[in-house]
Amino acid sequence: QDRVISGRVTDSSGRSVSGASVSVKDQNSRGTTTGENGNFSLSVPSSATALVFSSVGYGAQEVSIAGRSSVNVTMQATAGSLNEIVVVGYGTTRKKDLTGSVATVTAKDFQKGNITTPEQLIAGKVPGVSIVSNGGQPGSGSKIRIRGGSSLSASNDPLIVIDGVPLDPDGINGASNPLSFINVNDIESFTVLKDASAAAIYGTRAANGVILITTKKGRSGGPLRVAFNTVNSVSHITKEVPILTADQVRAIVNANGTAAQKAQLGTANTDWQKQIYQTALSTDNNLTLSGGIKNLPYRVTLGYQYQNGILKTDHLQKTSLALVFNPTFFDNHLRVDINLKGSMEQTRFANQGAIGTAVSYDPTQPVTSKSNRFGGYYEWLDATGLPALNTASNPVGLLEETFDRQKPMRSIGNAQFDYKFHFLPDLHANLNLGYDISKNTGTYYVPDSAASGYRTGGSKNPGKQTKQATVLDFYLNYVKDIKSIKSRVDVTAGYSYNDYQTKNYFFRGYKANGDTFPATTPPTFPFDKPEHFLVSFFGRFNYSFNDKYLLTGTIRRDGSSRFGPSHKWGTFPSIAFAWRVKQESFLKESKGISDLKLRLGYGITGQQEGIGNYGFLSSYSLSSTYASYYFGNMPYQAYSPSGFNAGLKWEQTATYNAGLDYGFLDNRITGTLDFYVKKTSGLLNYVAQPAGTNFSAYILSNVGSMDNKGVEFSINAQPIRQRDMSLDLNFNITYNKNTIKNLTVVPNDPNYIGLLSGNAAGANGFLLISAVGGSKNTFYLYKQVYDAAGKPIEGLFEDKNRDGIINDLDRYKSKSVDPNVFLGFSPNFNYKKWNVGAVLRASFNNYVYNNVYSNLGKLTQIQGTYTTANGSVNYLETGFKGGTDLQPLSDYYLENASFLRMDNVNIGYNVGRISHGKATLRLTGTVQNVFVVTKYKGLDPEVGSGIDNNIYPRPRIYSVGANLDF
Amino acid sequence: CTKKLDLAPTNDVTSVSVFSTPAGYKQALAKVYGSMALIGNSGPGSASDIPSQLVSDAGSSDFFRQFWYLQCLSTDEAGWTYHGNTDPIGIHQMSWSAASQAVAGSYYRSFYVITLCNNFINESSDANLSKRAISGTDADNVRRYRAEARFIRAYHYWVLMDLFGNPPFVDENYVIGSGTLPKQISRRDLFAYIESELKAIDGDLAAPRTNEYGRADKAAAWSLLARIYLNAEVYSGTARYADAITYCNKVIGAGYTLHPKYKELMLADNNLNTDEFILAVNYDGTSTQNYGGTTLLVHGPAGVTADTSGLNGTWNCIRMTQQFVDLFDAQDIRGQFYTSGQSKNMTSLLDVPTDGYSSTKFRNKTRTGGKAPHVDAGNTFADIDMPLFRLAEIYLIYAEATIRGGANSGGVQATALTYLQQLAARARPADPNPNASVQLALDYIIKERGRELFWEGFRRTDLIRYNQFTTGAYLWAWKGGVASGTAVDSKYNLYPIPSTDLSSNPNLVQNPGY
Repeated sequence: QDRVISGRVTDSSGRSVSGASVSVKDQNSRGTTTGENGNFSLSVPSSATALVFSSVGYGAQEVSIAGRSSVNVTMQATAGSLNEIVVVGYGTTRKKDLTGSVATVTAKDFQKGNITTPEQLIAGKVPGVSIVSNGGQPGSGSKIRIRGGSSLSASNDPLIVIDGVPLDPDGINGASNPLSFINVNDIESFTVLKDASAAAIYGTRAANGVILITTKKGRSGGPLRVAFNTVNSVSHITKEVPILTADQVRAIVNANGTAAQKAQLGTANTDWQKQIYQTALSTDNNLTLSGGIKNLPYRVTLGYQYQNGILKTDHLQKTSLALVFNPTFFDNHLRVDINLKGSMEQTRFANQGAIGTAVSYDPTQPVTSKSNRFGGYYEWLDATGLPALNTASNPVGLLEETFDRQKPMRSIGNAQFDYKFHFLPDLHANLNLGYDISKNTGTYYVPDSAASGYRTGGSKNPGKQTKQATVLDFYLNYVKDIKSIKSRVDVTAGYSYNDYQTKNYFFRGYKANGDTFPATTPPTFPFDKPEHFLVSFFGRFNYSFNDKYLLTGTIRRDGSSRFGPSHKWGTFPSIAFAWRVKQESFLKESKGISDLKLRLGYGITGQQEGIGNYGFLSSYSLSSTYASYYFGNMPYQAYSPSGFNAGLKWEQTATYNAGLDYGFLDNRITGTLDFYVKKTSGLLNYVAQPAGTNFSAYILSNVGSMDNKGVEFSINAQPIRQRDMSLDLNFNITYNKNTIKNLTVVPNDPNYIGLLSGNAAGANGFLLISAVGGSKNTFYLYKQVYDAAGKPIEGLFEDKNRDGIINDLDRYKSKSVDPNVFLGFSPNFNYKKWNVGAVLRASFNNYVYNNVYSNLGKLTQIQGTYTTANGSVNYLETGFKGGTDLQPLSDYYLENASFLRMDNVNIGYNVGRISHGKATLRLTGTVQNVFVVTKYKGLDPEVGSGIDNNIYPRPRIYSVGANLDF
Repeated sequence: CTKKLDLAPTNDVTSVSVFSTPAGYKQALAKVYGSMALIGNSGPGSASDIPSQLVSDAGSSDFFRQFWYLQCLSTDEAGWTYHGNTDPIGIHQMSWSAASQAVAGSYYRSFYVITLCNNFINESSDANLSKRAISGTDADNVRRYRAEARFIRAYHYWVLMDLFGNPPFVDENYVIGSGTLPKQISRRDLFAYIESELKAIDGDLAAPRTNEYGRADKAAAWSLLARIYLNAEVYSGTARYADAITYCNKVIGAGYTLHPKYKELMLADNNLNTDEFILAVNYDGTSTQNYGGTTLLVHGPAGVTADTSGLNGTWNCIRMTQQFVDLFDAQDIRGQFYTSGQSKNMTSLLDVPTDGYSSTKFRNKTRTGGKAPHVDAGNTFADIDMPLFRLAEIYLIYAEATIRGGANSGGVQATALTYLQQLAARARPADPNPNASVQLALDYIIKERGRELFWEGFRRTDLIRYNQFTTGAYLWAWKGGVASGTAVDSKYNLYPIPSTDLSSNPNLVQNPGY
C-alpha cells in the first residue's frame, strides 16, 4: 500500500531549493525532485522508513517518515559535499569518485543581476577559468579561457555542451554571441572539466577545457506550480573617455593651426559621448510552470527579455520558451529526458563606429544643422555641398541613420533515453538525440539621406544564414559494487556522431531605394554550404578499491572531416588516480580533517576549432577580370589553385595534473589545490612552408609547441554557521604561465622572430609578438626615451642594438596581454530573511596598450588632416605633434592594467508567504559593475585583445527583482 | 557513418573540374604565365600569391618588380629614394641580408611559378589526358602547353640559379602539399637540369614566331640556352661559348630583325614589336593590372611628369647613378634621360628624389604619341609589355661569346661586328658614322649591354660575368653604402637563401658568407 508524502525543501536562509532529489531510503528507483518553490510530493511504499534528500551544493539528509505525511527539510549548504552527483562527459559520477580536475557551480552561487549571457554567471567563480566580457553591449559574449588557452592561432575557446549537445562554436550571424540564446534562468549548474583526465572523453575538442551546462528538470507528482520572476534594470555609463573640451580644442587650433584650420572651428560645445549614450532600461521576465501529470514531470518556462543598450539605438528583444519533460516508463527502468529550448531575438545593432567617432569628433560643432539634409545632422561638407570624403560622419547621425536589424532564432533540444536493463539493472543503455538549429535573416539599411551613404544612394543589404547541428550519442554504462573484493567498477563505452552544417546565402548589394549598385554583379553562387562532421568512439573505466583508491581511464577515438584521408583519426587517452587519504585509518577518525583526497592525472586532448573545414583540399578559383592574362589578342581569366595542407591534423595537448581536495572542521572549510602542466604540440599556425612545396608559401600547418603551467587554489569557508545566520566565503586564485617553446619546422631557428599580430588604429605595423621563450601575445614595441622632466620625447627611442639606426631590430619583447594571476572572491551573508552577497574579481599583470592615447593624443589629430577633430587629454601631457611613423609603436602607451573589480553586490529579502499563504515572495536588488580599482588611465582595464581602442563601455546596472511562487 | 568524413566544399572548383576541358587547361596555363605578370588572382592591390609575411606590400609582389630590385637596383642602373617598411631596403647599398624582404620576394615568386608549373605538368600528363578523354588536336594543344610550362619552369630555375645559386629543387615528381622537405641542388647541377629541360622540350614547342603572342616557342628556349651558356663559367665553372654561338645562330636564323626604332621598344603598343621580341610578359591597363612590372618603370622614375610618362604622375622612386649616365654620349638616343629638375650626381641616395637623372625609356603611350590602348579609369596601370628575350640580347651574346670563346667558339668575328654595328646604327640615328664607336671588345660590350638593355633585368648578371659587381674594378654611387662607391665582400655575388626558408627546410645550407 503506497502513501503520499509531501513537503518543502529550503536552505538555511529559507529560500526554496529546487531540483533537490528526494528518494526513498534503500529504494533508489523511487524518487522525485523538488520544484521551483522547493515543494515535492512523492508516493512511497508502505515499507519505506525514511527519505533521502540531496542536492548539488548541500549535504545529503536522511529524514524519518514514520507516521508523517508531510516533511519539511532545511538543507545545509556544504560547499564540498561528497555525495553530490556531478555531471561529467557522457554520464554522471559521485563527487567523491572524481579523479580529475572538475569544478561545479550551481544556481545558488551564480552571479546575480541583469545577466544576459550564461558564461557571465560563473565569472570569477572557478579557479583557472578567466571570463572577460567583450563589452557592454546587451547580449555580447565573452572571452573564456580555461588554464590559459592551449592554442596560438587556432581557437582557444572551450567546448560548451548543453544537456549533452555540443554547441557549434561559431554561432549564428545576427547574434552577438552564440550563448545569448540560452535563458540564464533555465540553468541548473555548470561543470567545468579542466584537466585532460576529465575532458579527454571529449577528445579533439577538449584541449581548451569543456563547460557542461545542465538545465533545470521537471518534477514528478504534485499539482501545478507556477513561479514568476522578474528583473528590471537601469544601466548607465560610468565614465567617459577623457578627451579635450571644445574650448581646449579651440585654443589648441588657434595657437597652432593654419588659417584654414582656424576657419573650420565652430562655436558649439558638444559632448559627443553624452550625445550617443543613454540611460537604458531593461526587463527580464520568466514564467515557469512545473508539475507532473502522472509519470510525466514537466517544466515550462516562458521568458521575455527586453534590453536597451547604453549606446543609443541598441536594443535586443528575446522571447524564449523551454519545455522539459522527464517521464519514466517500465517501473522506472526507462527514463526519458526531453529538453526543447527555443528563442527568438529581434535586435537592432547600433552602429558601434559611433563610439570611436564620438571620442574624436570635433566638439566645436553642433549636433544638428539647420538643414533637412543628412537627417538634419551636422556634417562636414566639401565645396560641392556633399559630405566630404575622408572625414568622419556625425556620431549621432551614424547611430540614428543606421538600421542594422537582425532576427536570429535558435532552437536546441535533445531527447535522452536511459534504459536500465530488466535482466541486469547494473547495465544502462543511454541514447541521446540532439539538435541545434538556428536561422538569421536581417537587413543592414542606411537611408540615402544619411551622410555615410549619401554618395552611394544609401544601402540595403540583406543577409541570411541557417545552421543545423545534429548529435547522436549512444553509450552503455555498467556499474557494479563488488563487495566481496571491496571494489566498485563503472564502465562506459559509446559512440558519438556530430554533424555541423551551415548555409550562407549570398546577396548582391542594393541602394536604399532597392536598385542594385551599378558596379556590382550578382553573386556567382546563391549560397555556400560548409559542413563538418565528427564521429567518435569513447570509453571510460572507473575502478575504486575500498573507497580509498580510485582509478579512471578514458579513451576517445575521433574522426573529423576537417582533415585529409591519412589524418582524419586521432586517439586521445587519459588516466588518473586518486587516493582518498581521509579514508585511511589514521585520518578516518580525525575531527579536524573532514576530507582529504589526492589526485594525479595525465591525458591527451585535441583541438580542431578555429580552422576552416577544407584546409586539406586544394581548390581553384577564377581570377577577376583585372587579373587576366593575354594570349594573342585575347585576355584569359586564370584558374588559380589555393594553398592546402593534406597533412593537416589535430593540435595535441598533453596535460599533467596534480590536485588536492581538502575539507576541515566538518567541511566548514573546503577547497582544492591543483598544479598543472599543459604541453601543446603541433600548434595550428599559419607558417612558412618550404619553398616550392605548396601553392602558398604560408599555410595553416602543425608546427610549434607551447606550455601552460599553473596553480589553482580555491577555498570555501563558512566562518558563521548558525540557524539564523551564516557567512560563506568563496575565494579562488589562479597563476598561469604561458611559454612558447618552438614555432618553426627547424626548431628554435634564431632567424625567426615570431608570429606578429595585433593591429592598433593609427599604428603602422603589428603590436604583439608570440615568440619562442616568451608568452603568447607579448607586446613588441620601441623603448620610449624621456627628457629630464620625465616627458616622452616624440619619435625618440632607444637604439637597442646600438647600430645607429632605429628600425625593427630595436623593438623589444615587453609584457603580455594576459594576466599571470587572477582571483575571485564571493562573500555571502545570510541573516534570517536577509541575504547579502557580492562578487569581486581581480587580475594582475594584464597589460593594455592605450590606443586612444596613441591615436588621439597628438596635434595632427586635433587639427586634423581634413577637418578639425578631438584629441585625447594625453596630448596635454605629451604635446606630441604626430606624423612620426614609429611613435604609435612606443612602449609609452603600454600600461599595467591590473585591476580589482566588484562585479556585483546583491541583497535579497525573503518576504515569505503572502496572499494567505498561497504564494511566497522573494525580493532582490543588485548593483553590477560597482567599482573598478586600477591604475590604467583608459576607460576600462579589462580589454580582451590588450589593445584598447574604444570598447563598448561596460555600464553600471541597478536591478530590482522579484520571485513569486504559487 | 565514417564515410561522411569525406566532405568537400559546395561551390569550390577542384582540379578535376578545371582540367576536364581543353578550355580549362588554357585557363590554368593563363595562370602559369599570368603569375609572372600579376600579383595574384584578384587585382593589383591585394590578395597576392605571395603572403604578406614575405612581401608586406602586396602591390609590389609581382615577378618582374622583385626581380628588377635584385637585378637592376643593386647596380649602377638605379637607386631607390624611400626606405620605409615596404621598400627594397639596402639593395642598392649591397647591405642586404637573408632577412631582407626584397630577397624573399624574388625567391618565393619564382618558387610559386615553379609550383604552378609542376602542377600543370602533372595535370597535363598523357595519362591524365587519356583519363579525361582529351584527344586529337585538343590533346596536341595541351601537350604544347605542357612544354611551355616546362619552359617557364626552366626560366624560373634560371632566375634562382642566377640570383641564389643553390636553391632547393622540386620538379613534377614532388607531391605538392605533402610536406616532404625538398633537397638543395648545387648551381652546377641546376645548370645541367635547365639545359636538359630546354633541350628536351624542343620537339614539343611551337616553331619560332608561330605561337600566339605572349607564349613561348622554340626560339624562347634557344634564347635562354644562349643566355645560360654565355654565363656557364659563372654558373657551372665550365665555359660553353661554342654552345652559346650555336643557339644564337638558331634564334637569328628564325627570322627576327631589330625593330627599326629603339624608342618604340618600350611603349604601350610594343606588342607590335614581334620583329624583335622573342617572348614578352604581357601587361594591360585594364585586364592585367599590376603596380610592378612596366607600371613601376613608368611611375617609378623620379620627376617624370604625367604628360611625359602617359600615366598619372611619378612615384619619385627611381634614379640612376652618374656613372651609368656617363656610359652614354650625346649621340646615343637610348638613355632617354629625364633631367628636368634633376641633378646628375646621386649625392644623396635616400629621401632626395632629385639627386640623379631618371629615364623615360618606358612610357605608356603609343608610337604615335597617343593614349595607350587600354587605359584604366585612374590612368594608373601600364600597357607596356616587358620582353624577356629580344634579338638585341642575342646579338650581344653572339658578340661576347665570339670574343670570349675565340677560335673554338664557332663565332665569326665579322658577323659579330655587324651585329654590334646594327645596334649602334639604331642607337645613333643622328650620328653620321655610328660604326666609329663600335669595338669588338669585352669592355665595349659590357657598356653596350648597359646602354641597350638597362632596366630590363640584366645588369647584375652582366657585371658579375665581368667581375665588376662586388670588386673595386667598377664603382658607382652608393655601391657598398658609400657615396663614391666601394668594393664589397664577394659573397654579394649571390643572394642569400631567405631566412624564412632556412627556418622551414632543414635541408638547406646558406650561401657562403651569410
